[in-house]
Parts: sequence; structure tokens; C-alpha cells
Amino acid sequence: MSAIAAVDGPGVPALTEVRVRPAFEPVEDVVRAFVVATMFWGIAAFMVGVVIALQLAFPILNLDLEWTTFGRLRPLHTSAAIFAFGGSALLGTSIHVVQRTCRARLFGGDLMGWFIFWGYQLFIVLAATGYLMGITQSKEYAEPEWYVDLWLTIVWVVYLVAFLGTIMRREEPHIYVANWFYLAFIVTIAMLHIVNNLAMPVSLFGSKSYILFAGVQDAMIQWWYGHNAVGFFLTAGFLGMMYYFIPKQADRPVYSYRLSIVHFWSLIFLYIWAGPHHLHYTALPDWTQTLGMTFSVMLWMPSWGGMINGLMTLSGAWDKLRTDPALRFSVTAVAFYGMSTFEGPVMSIKPVNALSHYTDWTIGHVHSGALGWVAFIVFGAVYYLVPVLWKRPALWSTRLVSWHFWIATIGIVLYITAMWVSGIMQGLMWRAYDELGFLQYAFVETVAAMHPFYLIRALGGVCFLLGGLIMVYNLWMTTRMPVEAGVPAGQPAR
Amino acid sequence: MPTKIEKDAVTGTMTTGHEWDGIRELNTPLPKWWLWVFYACIAWSLGYFVLYPTLPGVGGWLGWSQRAELADRMAAERARVQPMLDRIRTTAVADIPRSGDLHGFAIAGGRAAFADNCAPCHGAGAAGAKGGFPSLVDDEWIWGGDLDAIGRTIAFGVRSAHADTRQSQMPRFGLDGMLTPAQISDTAEYVLTLSGRAAVPAAAERGRTIFADQCVACHGEAGRGNLELGAPSLADRIWLYGGDKASIERSIASARGGVMPAWSGRLDEATIRMLTLYVHSLGGGR
Repeated sequence: MSAIAAVDGPGVPALTEVRVRPAFEPVEDVVRAFVVATMFWGIAAFMVGVVIALQLAFPILNLDLEWTTFGRLRPLHTSAAIFAFGGSALLGTSIHVVQRTCRARLFGGDLMGWFIFWGYQLFIVLAATGYLMGITQSKEYAEPEWYVDLWLTIVWVVYLVAFLGTIMRREEPHIYVANWFYLAFIVTIAMLHIVNNLAMPVSLFGSKSYILFAGVQDAMIQWWYGHNAVGFFLTAGFLGMMYYFIPKQADRPVYSYRLSIVHFWSLIFLYIWAGPHHLHYTALPDWTQTLGMTFSVMLWMPSWGGMINGLMTLSGAWDKLRTDPALRFSVTAVAFYGMSTFEGPVMSIKPVNALSHYTDWTIGHVHSGALGWVAFIVFGAVYYLVPVLWKRPALWSTRLVSWHFWIATIGIVLYITAMWVSGIMQGLMWRAYDELGFLQYAFVETVAAMHPFYLIRALGGVCFLLGGLIMVYNLWMTTRMPVEAGVPAGQPAR
Repeated sequence: MPTKIEKDAVTGTMTTGHEWDGIRELNTPLPKWWLWVFYACIAWSLGYFVLYPTLPGVGGWLGWSQRAELADRMAAERARVQPMLDRIRTTAVADIPRSGDLHGFAIAGGRAAFADNCAPCHGAGAAGAKGGFPSLVDDEWIWGGDLDAIGRTIAFGVRSAHADTRQSQMPRFGLDGMLTPAQISDTAEYVLTLSGRAAVPAAAERGRTIFADQCVACHGEAGRGNLELGAPSLADRIWLYGGDKASIERSIASARGGVMPAWSGRLDEATIRMLTLYVHSLGGGR
């Protein structure tokens, strides 16, 4: 697709190679809308997170109203963080990245793009309002009832068609690694979503349904889904994001093509078996627990392949961390990713799990992934994307990005250290016996002991929320800067 | 884009020659340490597959199973404490406080059992809670505070589903139309005077007559209650459902009757005895 053009004129070399690429007009309004939605839902998710963290420390904040109890707000928080914030970021960046790296306009164009956007937002609103009214399947991360599930299935299939269609009409001979990860995310989430939500509605006009599976089979399907929501939504999808934005921000080639192939396929193959580690020491048969534990341990290096590729891509560009705080977010995200994907296999080992399971340690682990990896990689990507999409020369203030970075990082550290201490203490108190063989502590004593750590955790959450608000302000001011003259559509402005 | 392999100036590594939106890739080989740690994890897992159950219906080489491990450890622990539990079961409850080591064991066991089973209603410190959960640390008892009575209450419960449950029911004077609202108000005024509090004299005087007709059968002449019937004393300042006039009126109008589950069947004989001794030792045992 290249051409040699001769350029004649005074002072110009006789022959200059100019690559003339066919013009393509990427769908961008939809991506912009997704960026706005990402920030909106991000703030909402962080805010509800702070509220429920405070509810755990001060139960009176449940307000004695059914709609504001922890039980209803907790899924609101998790879904807002994972599906609304993370999901909007994934859908938006994937549409951006697939068009750029395929040099092809989104299959289905604006119409399909807007259907995906509004369809997905409707899914979020339907799910959230259901939680508040007490409509739930009581399956963690799969709480929405059957009517919401059906709607999401439709939206997701359209999304898959648009994404695949764009790849199929690509101008590039190869499919870029980011798109492998995005595609793995889309296909696997479709499969997980459908199987885990197989249910029989009680009536056509009622919200209640019954899941097809029962007992330990239901638990196994649920955690096959639940763990791979982590694996394919929160890992594979965001690795796709990383594989585009880190090389862009660092302006360096990806460290190792071979590593990306080997760690992609090993990650995809191993992750899907790891779910049973959520059900150690339950009615689940021993052999299934073995499977879950060993595949989690084998998953360690495939996960770290992504970390190595992300970090080593900076070789030759480490100095950019000093000048580009947005890149600092992306790189710190990869570091947190490495930490969480080491902690995960450790926690899946049965004797460790015997201590950590059902304690706050799990909550801390999830948040080092959710805040440190997922949110930070999104922040890095959005800081990069906003000047590109709104065609501004740069961000309004890099100082504020720095402030956001440090406040949010301190927030995460407060959060996860508080939960480590609280979780390990909780686990040890539960299993403490006195010399005569009686349990040392009543359950309520373990709850009381956790109170100070709940306060520290809430403080960490407040820091993270503050950082998010700083970001929104900075982005808002960026979009109000004058448009940079002479930047052609779709070109990075830096 | 045609493939165009170049040498990266910074690392000296060749690129793969592909390019997407300006992004290129280096052809760096897999890091050796990464590959070997990956192999090591796979080897460890293969070893684990041989030693532990890995296929449906096939045990591992070590013969380990989760259920067997639990059964073994439970059996070992039971064997360890069994002699003490046997002594608790065979010694008369009243004699246990006189045998030092056995009493210490019973109090420790009772404390642990209380924390797990009783604390949700009676509080971790057994101080009770408003709304019908009596304090167990004072010497005011509804169904009796000696070892025998406490043991019976724990074993069979109050208004529980057990055949031997402690059972009594106060009439619903208001809801069932036995007294008019004015009469209930008067009676409440009189009840206030029983614990030495100020009341409207004329109303209390009218209430005295109603009390004598309707209440003394259970609560007694002076309102001191009746342990046999579980009728609480009205002559002190200890109230299960609040002692202000409005609360007393509500109690008379709609009646109260808290429920405590029967623990026999859920807890073994020795545990109930240990709980009895523990509750008795909290300060109010008779």
C-alpha cells in the first residue's frame, strides 16, 4: 500500500519516499461518548465504593431503608466499577484501537457504533435500577435478572459483529496483538454470560427467574463465570488496551512479538480452568479443586508475560516517566498487574486459601487489581485519548495528572495494606483456639477488631475518588482549550 | 504495509517488520527465566496431579481426600476432649463448681458456646438488648436463675417448638378488646407506681382496680412477677420492652412474648451443661 512519490523543488532532495495510505474515516463520536461514559461511571463507582466502605465501618449509614442497604449498594458498586466504568472503557478503546490498527472504518459505521453505545448504557441502567429495587439473581458479578441478560446478549452480539467485521475488512496484513486480546475478551465473555445466565423466567412480565443449575454444579458454573470475568473482562480486555496505549505513549516498539504470542495462547488456555479455586474446601469434588489450584499456579508466568511486554516496551524510553505522568499511570498499572497476578496464584494454593478465603484479604486482592491495574490502565489510556479525540495539542495540566497519580496511588496503598492486615487478622482470629480446645473469639469480636482497618480502607477510597474528580476537571478543561490548528482528523496531537 | 524488517537503534534488536498505526514489534526471544519458571510451574502441577486426586473417581497416590482429613482431625480433637466432656456429663451440675479443673473447663467451653450461639441476641457480654432480649448478668430472672432453671431454659427454650418448652402467654388486652384504651392508660399509670415512679394519682387509683382484676394472677399482688409463669417483675426498673408509659401501654394492649429456641438437639448435653454453668457464673446466678 505504499507508493514512491517524486517531489521536485528547490532545496528538496530529488527523491523522497512518502507513504501514501488510502484515507479512512474512523468512527470517533462513539469513542468520545464512551470516554465520557467511562469517566461518569468511574466517578459513580468510586463514590458508591466510598459509601459502602463507610457503611461497613458505621452500619448506621445503611439508613434503615431497603434501597440504601449494603446488600443492594454493593452489587451497584461492583457492577458500576467492572461493567459500567471498565466496560465503557473497553468498548470505547477497542473500537478506537481496532479501527486504527486495521486501518478500517468500524463495520456497520456510526449506526452500529451508536447502537453499541446506547445499548450498553441501557444495560447498565437496567441492571443498576434492578439492584436498588432488590431485583437480583444473587450470583456475584452476574446479578442482573433474565430480561437484562437478554438485552446484553443482543448488544454483545452486535459488538462482536462490528469488531470482527472491522478486522475482516482490515487493510493491514496482520492482526495486531491488542486485537487478539480484545477479541478473546468479546468471544469469551459472550460464552460465559450465556451459560452462567441460563435461567427460566417465572413469568413473561415478572423479573424473577430460576437458574438452570443447582447446588454445587451451580456454584461451579458461577465461579467458572466469575473467575473468567476476571480473566477475560478485567485481564484480557485490559491487556488489549495496554498493548496499544503503552507503545503509543512510550513511542517505542513492543518488546517481544514471540512473548506476546506465547503468553496470549497460554493465558487463554489456562485461565478458563482456574475457576474452582473459588470453591476450595467446599462440596466441590477434590479433583476439581486440584484442577483449579494447579491451573492457577501455571497461570503465573503467562500473566507475567503481559507485564514483561508492557514494562520492557519502555526500554529506551524510561525517561518519559519523568515528563509524562499519564504514562506513569500505564506503567504503574502494569506493575500492579504483576503484583496481583502473583498474589492470585499464591491465594489459590489450598493451605493459603484456607486462611485467606472469606476474609478481607480477598477484597484487598481484588482492589489491587481493580484500582491498581484496571483503573490505572484506563486513566493512562483516557489521558492519552482525550487530546487525540478532541484534537487538542495536549492535556490542560500535566501537574494535575501528577497530583491525581500520587493521590490515587496513596489511596490504593492505604486500601490494600489495610485489607491485608485486616484479612489475615480475621482469618487467624477465626481459627484461634484456646489451650482447652475451644474457639478463642466470637465472630462479633472479629468484626469489632476490623473496625480501624475499615476506616483506613474508606480513607483510601476517598483518596481514589478525589483523584478521579481531579481527572474529570482536568479533562473538562482540556476539551475547552482551543482546537489545535492543522491537526488532521484522527492524528495524535503530540 | 509490506514487511520491512529494521534494526531498533536503542536495543539493537530486529523488528518483525509489521507496523500498525505506527506501532512496531521487536523480535526479542522469550526471556529464559520466564520460560523456565513457566516449565517449573507445569512440572510442579504434573507432580501434584500424581500425588493428589485429579480425575473423577480416581484418588491420588497419597490417598488424601478433603473429607477424610476433616474426619481424622475432628476425631482426634474429639478424642482429646472426650474425657472432660464425659466427666461434665456424668457429674451433677451443682457439683461441678466445686471441682477446680472441671469447672475451669466448663466455663471456658460455655464462654465459647455462648459467643457462637447466644451472643447474637443476648450480646457478647450477655448484657441483653432492648426489644425482649434479657440481660443475663443481673439477678433478675424471668424463668428462674438457679442452675436447674437456667439449664431447662437453655435446653427447651421459651415458646419454642420443643414439647417441653417454657410456655405462657399474656392476653392481648387491647387488641382483643378486653380493656378500653382509657383503662389501659389507667393500668399503665398504676404500673408506673409499682416501681416507685410518679403517676397521675386518680388514674393510678383506677388502674389499681383493673390490675387487681386482670394482672395479679400472673404478676402478683405487688407486681413482683412469677418465675413459674415467666411473668416478669414490674416492681423494679428493669424493662424488656421499655418502661415509659407509652411502652407499657403497648405491652398491655398487644402483649409481649419473646421466643428463645430450644438448644437440646442442636447442642449436645455437655455443651448445654457448660453453657448453664457459664450463664450462672455471669453474676446473677442463684
